[in-house]
Parts: sequence; C-alpha cells; structure tokens
Amino acid sequence: MMLRHFGLATTLATTLALATPAHAVTELQWWHAMTGANNDVVNKLAADFNASQSDYKVMPSFKGGYADTMNAGIAAFRAGNAPHIMQVFEVGTATMMSATGAIKPVYQLMKDAGEPFDPKAYLPTITGYYSTSKGDMLSFPFNSSSTVMWINKDELKKAGIAEIPKTWPEVFAAAKKLKASGHETCGFSNAWASWVHIEQFSAWHNVAIGTKANGLDGFDTVLKFNSPLHVKHLQNLIDLQKDKTYDYAGRANAGEARFGSGECAIFLTSSGYYGTAKGTAKFDFTSAPMPYYPDAAGAPQNSIIGGASLWVMGGKKPEEYKGVAKFFAFLSDTNRQAKLHQESGYLPITKAAYEKTKADGFYQKNPILETPLKELTNKEPTENSRGLRFGNMVQMRDVWAEEIEAALAGKKTAQEALDAAVSRGNAMLRTFEKTAK
Amino acid sequence: MTNALRQSLFLSLIWVCMEKSAVFNRSKLLPYALLAPQLIITFVFFYWPASQAVLQSFKREDAFGLVSEFVGLENYQALFAQPEYYKAMLTTLIFSTLVAALSLSIALLFATQADKNLKAAPVYKTFMIWPYAVAPAVAGVLWFFIFHPSLGTLARPLRGLGLDWNPLLNGNHAMTLVVMSAVWKQIAYNFLFFLAGLQSIPKSVIEAGAIDGAGPMRRFWTIIFPLLSPTTFFLLVVNIVYVFFDTFGIIDAVTGGGPAGATTTMVYKVYADGRLGGDLGGSAAQSVVLMVIVIALTAVQFKYVERKVQY
Repeated sequence: MMLRHFGLATTLATTLALATPAHAVTELQWWHAMTGANNDVVNKLAADFNASQSDYKVMPSFKGGYADTMNAGIAAFRAGNAPHIMQVFEVGTATMMSATGAIKPVYQLMKDAGEPFDPKAYLPTITGYYSTSKGDMLSFPFNSSSTVMWINKDELKKAGIAEIPKTWPEVFAAAKKLKASGHETCGFSNAWASWVHIEQFSAWHNVAIGTKANGLDGFDTVLKFNSPLHVKHLQNLIDLQKDKTYDYAGRANAGEARFGSGECAIFLTSSGYYGTAKGTAKFDFTSAPMPYYPDAAGAPQNSIIGGASLWVMGGKKPEEYKGVAKFFAFLSDTNRQAKLHQESGYLPITKAAYEKTKADGFYQKNPILETPLKELTNKEPTENSRGLRFGNMVQMRDVWAEEIEAALAGKKTAQEALDAAVSRGNAMLRTFEKTAK
Repeated sequence: MTNALRQSLFLSLIWVCMEKSAVFNRSKLLPYALLAPQLIITFVFFYWPASQAVLQSFKREDAFGLVSEFVGLENYQALFAQPEYYKAMLTTLIFSTLVAALSLSIALLFATQADKNLKAAPVYKTFMIWPYAVAPAVAGVLWFFIFHPSLGTLARPLRGLGLDWNPLLNGNHAMTLVVMSAVWKQIAYNFLFFLAGLQSIPKSVIEAGAIDGAGPMRRFWTIIFPLLSPTTFFLLVVNIVYVFFDTFGIIDAVTGGGPAGATTTMVYKVYADGRLGGDLGGSAAQSVVLMVIVIALTAVQFKYVERKVQY
C-alpha cells in the first residue's frame, strides 16, 4: 500500500510539473565534439546567441570524440530523442545524407523558416563538401581545415636548406639533409595517413579517388586511387621509410607531438594544428602548401577540407526549426565569422568574412592562417577536387591506413597495397549502397 | 562450502537448489519468487541482448535503422569470404593464448611469493592489486605513451640498445605491446584469487610433505599446485572470457587494431565494423560467431579440463 501511495504521489507531482506552462523560451539541443579551446568557442557562441534574443536557447553539450558524438546522435535518434543540432565530421557526411527522414536539409530549413539565405555567399570549396550535386546545402559547415605542411624554420636553417620545399622531390631532398644534420629518426612525417596521402594527395594532383566525382554524384562510385601516380608516391615513401628519411607516425594525430618536440622538422597535418603548435613549439615555425609532383599535369590543383559540419535532425517542431535557422543566420554574420576565424584558426565559411580578414591586413601578420585558404582556392575545383563522399568512410579510412602500414612495413609492394585498399574499399561501398537506397 | 561457492559462480542458483533438494511446502510461488531476481537479470542482460544479436545478424540495416531488410545468411557469407576475418581469428588465438598463459603464470608466481612470511606483505599485496582498478582504456593510454616510438620514456632506451622499436609499423612489436598491457591489467585479478586459494591450503599438509623430505619445488608441484586446481580452473575460464571480450578497450587505446590489422582480434573487429563502420548486420554476425566459440570453449573446459580438477 505504501508503495502504491508513493507511486501516486510521484505521478501527481510529475503531472503538476508538466502542467505548469512551458517556458516561453524554446530550447535547442546542440551536441558537439569540441574539446579544449574549441569547446570554449562553442559555449561562447551559444551564450552570445542566447543573449542576442529571448525566444530561443541553444544548449551545447559535449558528447565525446567525433565518432562518439555521431554514434550518440544515431542512438538517440533510434530511441526517438535526437538533438536538434548535431556536429558530424566530414567523413560521416555520406551516412548522414543517406538518412532521409532522419535529417532536415539546411537549405530546406532556411526556406521553411523564411531566413535570408544565399548559398553563394559561402566558400564553394567548403560548402561543396556538404551539398548535393545540384548545389543544395545539406548541412551547415562549422569547423573546417585543410592539410598543410608544417615547417620548423630553425632546423631547416641549421641543415642548410635555404628555401621551404615546394615539390615532393624537394621535400625528399630536404629530409635527407635534415637526417644528415642530426634528425636521424625522422626526416619528415605526417598525421592522418589516409587523409594526407590518399584523399588530399589525389585532389591536389587532380587525380580521382573514385568515380562519380569522388562519390559526390552518386553512391554507385568505384575507387580508383591505385593509379601510377599514387603507386609512385607510396613507393617513394616505402623507400624512404627504410632509413627513416620518412617515418610513419600513426593513423590519427598523436604523431603531431613529433613536430612540436622538434623531432620531425617537416610534418604534414591539419591546419587546425595551429593552436597546439602555438602552445607547444619552442622554435620558429610556419606552414606551407602541400608539396606536389612537378611532372603531374595540372598539379597543384586545390585541396579539400576536413573538419565538421552541423546537421539538423528530422522530426522536430516548426517552431524549433525556426530557432535553428536563426542560429545559423547568426553564425553566418560576417563580423562574427571573421572573428571566429582569426581567433580559433577555423576557416571562414563565407566569402565576405574571408575578404574582410584580408582587407584588415590580418594575413600579413599571420600568413600561417592563410595557407589552407590559398590551397583551397588555388584553382577552380574539378570533378577530382570538389570533395569526396563515400559511405562507411570512417572505417574505410582505417582500412586504407592498414594497407599503407603493410606497405611501409615491407609486407606488400606499393601496387599490392593500393590494389588491396581499393578492392576492400569497393566491397564496403557496395555494402553501403545496398543499405542507402 | 567453498566448493558450492565456487560452483555457484558458474552455475545458476537453480542448480544449487536442486542439489540441496529443498522442499517448499507452504507456497508454490515462493521458489519462483526467490529465483526471479536471478532469472530476470540473466534474461535482461544475457538472453535478450544475445537474441537481439542473432536477429540482427540476419538483417541488413543502415545506421539510423530507417531501412531494414531480412537477408538470411548473407552477412555470414560475406564474413567468411573476408581473408581479414581469418586473420583476426589467428590473431585472437595468438593473443589469447599469450595473455592467458602469461597472466596466469606470472600471477601464480607473485602469489606464491606473497604467501610467504614477508615483513611488508600487506604493502606488497596492495600494490599488486592496484592495476585492477585502472580502467582498460586508461591502462592502454599509459602503455601507449610509455612505449610510443618517439615520445615514450621506455622506447628511447630500447632504441638506444639498438632495437628498432616501432609498434606503429612493426606488427610483432604492436602485439607485444598489447599483450603486455592486457597481462599487466589481468595479473592483479589472478593474483587475488591465487593468493586466496593458497591461503586456504592447510599448512599441515605442506608441513607433512616437508617432514617427509620434499623440497620446495616438489612440495609446490605435488601438493600445492594440485590443491590449487579449482582456483586455477576457475581463473582459466574467466581469463579466456577476459581475453576474448574485455580486451578491446586496451587494444583500441594502444594500437587501434593496427598496424595493418596485426592486433585486430575478433572482438575488436566487432567493434570496428559495428561502431566505426556502422555495419550492424555484419558486426552482429561476428558477435554470434564469437559467442558460439566462447560457449564451445567453456563447454570443452568443463567437460575435459574439469576432470583433472581436484575439489
């Protein structure tokens, strides 16, 4: 009997709580994966937006790494309580866009809400990654970066290298000099092996990663990155790995510390490494565009982005969508974008913000931050350099890295490794194609 | 009494009840009510998820659960057509044998030493138990940094000795590293049980052996080791389950299954394909295979190894 009374009381209390008029403020959940300084940026943006108006309240919550956040969002959707806004890394794009009904495309959101929205105001190399082939923007770019080559200027000077290398042969020569001048364990290296040596490498040399514009034009894409140029590049790395002129530094970005510690004086990784480099490197450093093979026709082309975008989840109330649309308009504001870019090192997403930063003379003082933008806008993007969209991409990157590792360890030739990476990747694409009808 | 306690770790309450053949006269519902908590827990935490996994393994579904279709045995066919899956099986065999053998034998060695009349025995024992309180992922990160080829504090001396230590590219080095981490983590647990087992062996038996002129080694192999066999058997079963299921956190933090799949065990592949790859059907098929293997292994242990155990 006691129990029953207790239950009754709880029910009553709950009913009463629910019956009191809902807050006039509409709450919008924003799940993200940003840590450290970037976490502060997220919280500040939400606080500024909440202070700027009184109808909506954006509530950010940290859900772990990129893969964790995405999985949390998917699990929440399956359980029927997805957040309004979810930050998803670029490689999750295909999975998200194939989930018709689970997401609300951004272009549609803005149209429904009647918010002013001009897709042409955004930098095409960034939005292209998150748009349909017709140019409809599906998700809202948030933090974007690109691959750059980080240079330890002090060590290059010591090794007698007068100019920052521009081409791969020059990088190899510089690495040999560095090795001879005391960098015995690492001439040059990189983080994110698949991203740097397959994805960015292909775009930068205007060769295809896969058919159908690297998957942007359809899920029936087939991988093609076992071309002679790819094989040649991997073979060069294999040869240099033998005496550590090149030394592999792992799949993710833990190897970045090898640049900060001074061990590797040339290091390819994300432009987003800027903040960490500024905090840890006790030497004069800068960033330079990715190297290229001068005998490859058309190289360098343009680079592609990495990072994450904001997806709006489906099945929410129109009123809530209005708030999300207002928030995106708030984020697109030129002054805010310019400030965000200059403070955080993220790429600006609107053309106006880029122009404003340029006009302010910011890049003269901070050329490091302009390197990725110069790469992205180097040439008009082609079918091979607009971006890429492959299903199962999260795991596919690991599979590609596995094959690169097998090649560098001397277990496979460059051709065998890339052939295996392509055929295993294709098998995964076909599985994805079957589920993403 | 200790017999019944140990067995109840394996067998459910029902078994014990039947053995004791207790009689409930007053209420026919009482035995069921008493059993209910155990049954509900077993059902909710084992049978239900397990049946979901079996069901899922016959389906192909996208990550969001929007499209789901019955595909029969297709997931299994795809699985057994992958050369990587056989490689993962072999890796699992090597990994689990090494981890189980090493963690059991090292823990036994430590336990026999701690069982002696030492001055600082309690301190020693406390230190031995600590690693068990470290979360697998944290343990993994610790080992990852200690042995990172260029950042690691212990990797530098290794390289100084002329060994080209590189778990990022050398599969054998990576395997050594995950085995060390997994063993280090499990020794504490095994140590505790071995120590308890040793302490329950009557001193008089050992003293009798000593009086008859048996040396320490002989006493260990002919008296202590056989009397310890119930504990050893229990730990063997638990350790096999540990290496098959619980080590993926360590593998994820130390090597991420690499390099080139050299440390991708079956359970890590379940995680990678399901969680990272979003291939729930394929991943479920793998868990079913894994489940069948572990059930079979445990059954074999009970049927053949347990015969040698002297309770």
